Amino acid sequence: MLVNEKVAIEHGLKSDEYKKICKLLRRTPNITELGIFSAMWNEHCSYKSSRIHLKKLHTKGKKVIQGPGENAGVIDIDDKDAIVFKIESHNHPSFIEPYQGAATGVGGIMRDVFTMGARPIANLNSIHFGSPQHKKTKNLLRGVVHGIGGYGNCMGVPTIGGQTSFDSSYNGNILVNAMTLGLVKKNKIFYSKAAGLNKPVIYVGSKTGRDGIHGASMASASFDDKIEEKKPTVQVGDPFTEKLLLEACLELMAGDSIISIQDMGAAGLTSSSIEMASKGNLGIEINLNKVPCRETKMTPYEIMLSESQERMLIILENGKEDLAKKIFDKWNLDFAVIGKTTNTKNIELFFDQKQVAKIPVNTLVENSPMYDRKWKKSKLPKKIKHDRSKLKNLKIKETLKKVLSSPNICSKEWIWQQYDHTVMGDTIQKPGGDSGVVRIHGTDKAVAATVDSSATYCWAHPLTGGKQVVCETWRNLISVGAKPIAITNCLNFGSPEKEENMGEFVECVQGIGEACKYLEYPVVSGNVSFYNQTKEIGIKPTPAIGGVGLIKDYKKMITMNFKDTGNQVLVIGKTEGHIDQSLLARLILDEKNGPPPEVNLFNEKNNGETLLNLIEKNFIKSAHDVSLGGIITAISKMCIKGNKGIELKLPKFLINEIEYFFAEDQGRYIIEVSLEDLKDVTKILDKNSVHYDQIGKIIDKELIINQKTKVSIDELKSYNTNWLKEYMN
Amino acid sequence: MKSSVITFPGSNCDRDMDVALTKFGFKNKMVWHNDLELPKSDLIVLPGGFSYGDYLRCGSMASKSKIMNSVINFAKSGGLVMGICNGFQILVEAGLVPGVLLRNKYLQFICKNVHVKVDNKENTFFKNLDKKVLEFHIAHNEGNYFCTNDQLKEIEDNNQIAIYYCDQNGNTNDQINPNGSIKNIAGIFNKEKNVLGMMPHPERMIDESLSGEDGSIFFKNLLNNIK
Repeated sequence: MLVNEKVAIEHGLKSDEYKKICKLLRRTPNITELGIFSAMWNEHCSYKSSRIHLKKLHTKGKKVIQGPGENAGVIDIDDKDAIVFKIESHNHPSFIEPYQGAATGVGGIMRDVFTMGARPIANLNSIHFGSPQHKKTKNLLRGVVHGIGGYGNCMGVPTIGGQTSFDSSYNGNILVNAMTLGLVKKNKIFYSKAAGLNKPVIYVGSKTGRDGIHGASMASASFDDKIEEKKPTVQVGDPFTEKLLLEACLELMAGDSIISIQDMGAAGLTSSSIEMASKGNLGIEINLNKVPCRETKMTPYEIMLSESQERMLIILENGKEDLAKKIFDKWNLDFAVIGKTTNTKNIELFFDQKQVAKIPVNTLVENSPMYDRKWKKSKLPKKIKHDRSKLKNLKIKETLKKVLSSPNICSKEWIWQQYDHTVMGDTIQKPGGDSGVVRIHGTDKAVAATVDSSATYCWAHPLTGGKQVVCETWRNLISVGAKPIAITNCLNFGSPEKEENMGEFVECVQGIGEACKYLEYPVVSGNVSFYNQTKEIGIKPTPAIGGVGLIKDYKKMITMNFKDTGNQVLVIGKTEGHIDQSLLARLILDEKNGPPPEVNLFNEKNNGETLLNLIEKNFIKSAHDVSLGGIITAISKMCIKGNKGIELKLPKFLINEIEYFFAEDQGRYIIEVSLEDLKDVTKILDKNSVHYDQIGKIIDKELIINQKTKVSIDELKSYNTNWLKEYMN
Repeated sequence: MKSSVITFPGSNCDRDMDVALTKFGFKNKMVWHNDLELPKSDLIVLPGGFSYGDYLRCGSMASKSKIMNSVINFAKSGGLVMGICNGFQILVEAGLVPGVLLRNKYLQFICKNVHVKVDNKENTFFKNLDKKVLEFHIAHNEGNYFCTNDQLKEIEDNNQIAIYYCDQNGNTNDQINPNGSIKNIAGIFNKEKNVLGMMPHPERMIDESLSGEDGSIFFKNLLNNIK
């Protein structure tokens, strides 16, 4: 096939990018070479619009063993242990084919983690759907949940947490972000950097088929009316093969045969071989006739661009081929020596004894395009003057019922009951809490993990929103008694070619960076997903942040369920009554404007660290952070989970009850302490200048507000648990 | 007491079972599906997971594994065999216990705590158990037990039903049946009661920080009965 500018543009390249390729090669590329360039230079693989901004993120810290740039980030969790973790998007494929899209998203992120030598010990996900009334939502939700469960359950890795939201901005573009944590010994971490000349390049795993060709390019474009035609670009997952691949790789990794290893994810054999060569400053030579194929007559172009799943590329020490092959034979997986490392610094491909491609590796990586795109700064919206009398007239019980049963607050048990969350026998906090927690097998330690996003806040003011999401994960970890260590981020945005969308990206990243730096809570891995839009309609900016923390003694873990009647309940952090962008404003007042709640990083840090100190001293019986839906929503959930009631007595405030209960001010937690510890607790809070309100005591089975409003716990439960079940049946 | 846990390609509760058996005093060995001989054992366990990806039919390919000949002979000679979840599906496919396991009634994977009623204590697995209702944990997509009317009559006549899904007070009814199993059957014996297949995972309930501790009761009792 003849290559020209038109063909290049059909491959998603821009006209000037094509000219740059010809200039770098000093000739016209052939079709295989063009395919390789288009795969390496698309947004998904090259980060060409985001790189310049991602550099500004805070990525270093005492506990960071590996920051961004590898298959996943790695953090130190003391002793000889480290946690490898990352979050990744699989948005576009999941919208086209929800089951396979979501399943292969989960499979891909697990491969990123075990490529580094770590056994996956926990999965999480952040999934976002259009309005519940939209005709596609129900099927997409069902398909995505089945897909996530189908893959993770078969792998035998517990899914311990996640987040689900509904918003009409996702009507034409759902988001599916999957996160995995793996456990590894610090001295057994594997990297993707190739080293040494004439080392064998090994292909292992599934055979290569024609599925997923151009998947990465598809993920780098907007949707139009013809999305159904893109179904063939979605990969098909085989979790059984991945389970075998996991066990075989870990078995090989126990020895010392591997120099470097890289999974074949987006852009398959192309990106894996090129990244390994680039990091090692080497060349690589591949004989494509040696690649195990599942279909006949596959061309070099198809072999290089296939995104068939469950495959790995390994560079071995010389002479270890037989030993390695034995392990893969045992697990019934393909094993083929397909090439070797060279000193040419080129990627050279051979097929039927002919050279079919020769490209200098640096042209594909270092010389890939980088754009400083134009972006628009956003202004902080003016505060809305809410009609006080209207607020006062709201009945608290009815409002609470609407809030608790709303799609974004209601219990997501229907979802997480379909995920195996107890396999591996170390899950000590299940989904539905502030963070999922798994023990480090055979030790007293446990890791907590959470994933969060607040698209509404980010949409109203990206800088504040970016900070807020980081803080929310920080609070979720602290609420279970974990010391936050680091985050991974999945940055889901619209088209970078539109100034508004690019501005949202730039400012969210800035906010994330500021919060990470202040909280000493660095970013160690992540992924950018642009072009989440159908025609001209983009999603709300949705950075999803996955936070990971350590609990040194798992017996000190905190849960949110209220424990004992007679105990005192306090709100930590000040409630100013911020209503704009809250669930109350959108759901009850039908007000979509105004600024998001302000984020005060000093208070966040101080309040969080003080609470951790209280937990360390065994003063805290239960804790829960205050977020969407405000204090009363947080308290209701603590009642439901603990099957306990509460008698709330509000101190005299300037703001009214509704504002106090439903405001979404930041940096707040609800805590339960015993009567006898109350003095010690308030003393520590005072000493650290942490604001607190003492608002009630735990009673049996009823939520009572100022002796007037009464709601039974069973009623609260029915508000909270019924919506999703009924919607899906 | 010696136990062996078989690992099939796709098993994923094999380690959990090893941890549980070892915790309660068994000397456990892991056995690869391609082996021909079983180590000397007082108990053989087929663990949960997705052997062969649950492709074709759950458990069907694993039931034809090389090691299964030895497992079948061991069972026929009176040896104790226990299949949990996917292990139960393998036992059914191997013909060691009667019936089949269909897709769950609501076509969804279910992961949650359940209560089970132990009716029949005239066997090594449940003898001397001082509780009638245990809290276990299920995690499966195909646990909907089914058999023909004739088979059911035979099973009932022989007292082969091991455990039933029930509420915390031991009442069995449709509402608490999680997967549509006939008669709320959660586990079943062979005629001789030396082979037990059940969907719930006792190995996930072995310390207070997990979903519960009734698994500990089960394993401790089992060890004492074998001794």
